[in-house]
Amino acid sequence: MEIRYDVEVDARGLQCPMPIVNARKTFQTLQSGQTLRVLATDPGSVNDFKGWANMVADAELVAQETAEMDGKTVYVHYVRKK
Amino acid sequence: MDGQAVVDRAPGADLSALEAQVQQLQAQVDALRVQLPDNRLSMVVFSGDLDRVLAAFVIASGAAASGMEVSMFFTFWGLTALRQKRTTRGKTLFQKLMGWMTPVGLRGLGVSKMNFGGVGAKMLRAMMRQQGVPQPEAMAQMARELGVRIVACQMSMDVMGIRKEELIDGVEVGGVATFLGDATRSKTTLFI
Repeated sequence: MEIRYDVEVDARGLQCPMPIVNARKTFQTLQSGQTLRVLATDPGSVNDFKGWANMVADAELVAQETAEMDGKTVYVHYVRKK
Repeated sequence: MDGQAVVDRAPGADLSALEAQVQQLQAQVDALRVQLPDNRLSMVVFSGDLDRVLAAFVIASGAAASGMEVSMFFTFWGLTALRQKRTTRGKTLFQKLMGWMTPVGLRGLGVSKMNFGGVGAKMLRAMMRQQGVPQPEAMAQMARELGVRIVACQMSMDVMGIRKEELIDGVEVGGVATFLGDATRSKTTLFI
């Protein structure tokens, strides 16, 4: 699955709450319609981004997928700014 | 004739009745809006245990990162987490003793279980480092950068003899009404 995105945040190796804290910082700089891609190795980030997108009024969770990068499972989140 | 008169009069009368009703509804909506909770989280941090204070800062950071307004009220043992130095000037004997026996800042806090005179806290910090979890100091700094409101309880400061100049910069001082003012407008309230 190939999903278009505009900006990427690499939160690999970071633990809760850093993936959403870092995602927020970058998300704030996005224009409406742009998509943020977040890479995380924290398995909890899958539910965290669901919850985060529910709370942030202008965020829409477009997709979530897992990928193998450098021999590690990476959780990839796509969030679009409404 | 009578029927005609009623029809002539009715639109104006209906309109002003409607206007009055709309105004009344508007006033009710305005009143409700004031009572509606903000997208806010309020916390009482009563504990001076490192693990509990850490949990408070993680929740605060997460909430702030999700666009919530966050208020943290530090009271009693929780105040020790906000200290940056110790002074004895102008304190009673008990207050001096209290000041000496309580920790100064996050660095001095112990864990709520298996502390073993501070060894437990050191171990927890090392384990967090191994897992790439930010240290409590960094977590607190981050919460403040995200705009978390930090209030120290005036009454417990007075009782324990903790002065404002002993606390870290950027801390507000307030009483129970400061907490309740924020808590009543909050969706979520926690006591830690």
